[in-house]
Amino acid sequence: MIQQLLFIVVAGAALWMAFRQFKRVRRNVLLGKDVDIPGDFSQRLRNVLLVAFGQQKMFKNWLPAIFHLFIYVAFLFTQIELIEIFVDGTFGVHRFFADKLGWFYTIVISFIEILSLLAFVATVIFLLRRNVLNVARFRKPELKGWPARDANFILLGEIILLVGIFSMNGADTLLQDIDPAHYTNTGNFAVSSWLGPALFGGMEHGALMAVERFGWWLHILTVLGFLVYLPYSKHLHIILAFPNTYFAPQQPRGEMENMPAIMNEVKSMMGLAPESPATDELPVFGANDVTQLSWKNLLDAYTCTECGRCTAACPANLTGKKLSPRKIMMDVRDRMEDIGKALDNGKAASVADYQDGKNLFDYISREEIHACTTCNACVEACPVMINPLDIILQLRRYEILTESAGPQDWLPMFNSMENSGSAWAMSVERDQWAKN
Amino acid sequence: MQVVTTPGPKRWTLAFCRILQEAGISFAILGSEERCTGDPARRAGNEFVFQMLAIQNVETLNMYGVKKMVTACPHCFNTLKNEYPALGGHYDVVHHTQLLQQLINEGRIQMKEGGVFKGKKITYHDSCYLGRVNGVYEAPRAVLEALDADLTEMKRSRANGLCCGAGGAQMWKEDEPGEKRISVERAEEALATGAQVIAVNCPFCLTMMTDGVKAKDKQDEVMVYDLSELILKSANLE
Repeated sequence: MIQQLLFIVVAGAALWMAFRQFKRVRRNVLLGKDVDIPGDFSQRLRNVLLVAFGQQKMFKNWLPAIFHLFIYVAFLFTQIELIEIFVDGTFGVHRFFADKLGWFYTIVISFIEILSLLAFVATVIFLLRRNVLNVARFRKPELKGWPARDANFILLGEIILLVGIFSMNGADTLLQDIDPAHYTNTGNFAVSSWLGPALFGGMEHGALMAVERFGWWLHILTVLGFLVYLPYSKHLHIILAFPNTYFAPQQPRGEMENMPAIMNEVKSMMGLAPESPATDELPVFGANDVTQLSWKNLLDAYTCTECGRCTAACPANLTGKKLSPRKIMMDVRDRMEDIGKALDNGKAASVADYQDGKNLFDYISREEIHACTTCNACVEACPVMINPLDIILQLRRYEILTESAGPQDWLPMFNSMENSGSAWAMSVERDQWAKN
Repeated sequence: MQVVTTPGPKRWTLAFCRILQEAGISFAILGSEERCTGDPARRAGNEFVFQMLAIQNVETLNMYGVKKMVTACPHCFNTLKNEYPALGGHYDVVHHTQLLQQLINEGRIQMKEGGVFKGKKITYHDSCYLGRVNGVYEAPRAVLEALDADLTEMKRSRANGLCCGAGGAQMWKEDEPGEKRISVERAEEALATGAQVIAVNCPFCLTMMTDGVKAKDKQDEVMVYDLSELILKSANLE
């Protein structure tokens, strides 16, 4: 009875906290510009099923993809066990589905156990990869400090979760022989039927009961902990990968968004369109803050799990330049979080009133955006269809169009294009080559 | 069919036009009425300059009623195909490597028996804007196969191909501070295949790869060519 009450209070509190945090994430994403993302529904569905659900793009690099798949599939199927934990916890029953499902229950839990074992192996390998092996993309400066700790917390959390599952099932296996009235016969589970006796064999009834309860609580508390922690963590991708692939733009990859305001201005200059009415306000082109990026850019930033596949493929980063597409995503998220926090603390009534003298260029340096070759390697590399390039290009537009700044080297090119229609100032006529 | 070419470097534009003439294709060029598509300006962030050039081009092309275009540059290809429609320019655009493949398939260009590149090791460098951005990987490779050469792939190829370092208007500026030039990184990878010829499909890649090969002091052993030059050297032309 006490356990039941405790469970309901703890689970309720965790769900409430998580709900509030997810609302905060949603609010932050909506700080972005409200844009329509046109797209074909069946293509959206395809992206969700193949890329998010089916992990298609992960398999460009199959070894980490397989280990990641173990953890992912284990996570998906553990949700079934979680339903039972919630039923058991709320109603004070034990293994509610065991006798109702019979042999099928044995198969389902056995399957989860095998996946959990594989996930355990994968998690240990991932911890080694991050902390011992010298994988370049985990050694980049943007991961120093909190991001590296965040990654390790999650992997450790997964290990704790698996320890919980196996303690619970292992002790339960032994308890079924000692107290069959309370511990429903579940049949032999694939892993705990041998792991249980190996670990806890010879322990007394009371001790086994304690281990079983410890495992049960450890499991559910870690799950609830995860739920509350997610919105603060890079691990949010486990949820946002789905909407992010759903809303992935479908226009050709090489198409930069047209700027109709400038198009019309140029057309009217050339006498091809009526002059647009003059306004006193100086227009803002491009983006220098998260409020000028689209909500999809911001969803991208929250979806990023900082795996660094983009950065590992980036030609600028590979040759020692400061640009790292992953850092662009992390900086956008940090900026969003900072503005979000200020709004939560009542520093401004709305984002329109909010001023802290900063913008995205205080997070992302000019040197970084100037190093981009727009090669789309980062876009191609991302397993969840994030587009760092789109953000870089919007920052470039701001710098050139709104600030009239940018690399000096580009000025002769702009001038030559404007004056002679050629990117290089040419002394001969454009069709000279054809005249000989 | 009306074809309008967008000149890349003189050397290969001539090579490509020669092939078109041999294949009996009637085509026109815009000549002095042609403007740069505006790609470097747009990607640098200068939408204003891009629009100035693009609108002029669309006006000219629409005035001549151009339906089909072939371009010897993947950046032009991308901009004409994917970005001009939003400005009222709707054309059937192909990259010259696609047209070359078609002409070879149709037997309109015949290769010489025992051509100059027969058995030679050639590596092909995917340009970002033809490959990763527009998904054209096979046409240029099919063209190279017609040379009867020994085609060797670099470690990073097709969708994983490494940029030459020129895109996004990098061609017109000094590199940001770093450890090495991107062109050198890519040239090293190409040289590691042991190829005697590096085949490219983009005028920017041609410049960058040539620079990269020079930086490694291999310019006497390894040549960088556009595909049309390779075909011109191997084709059975009158």
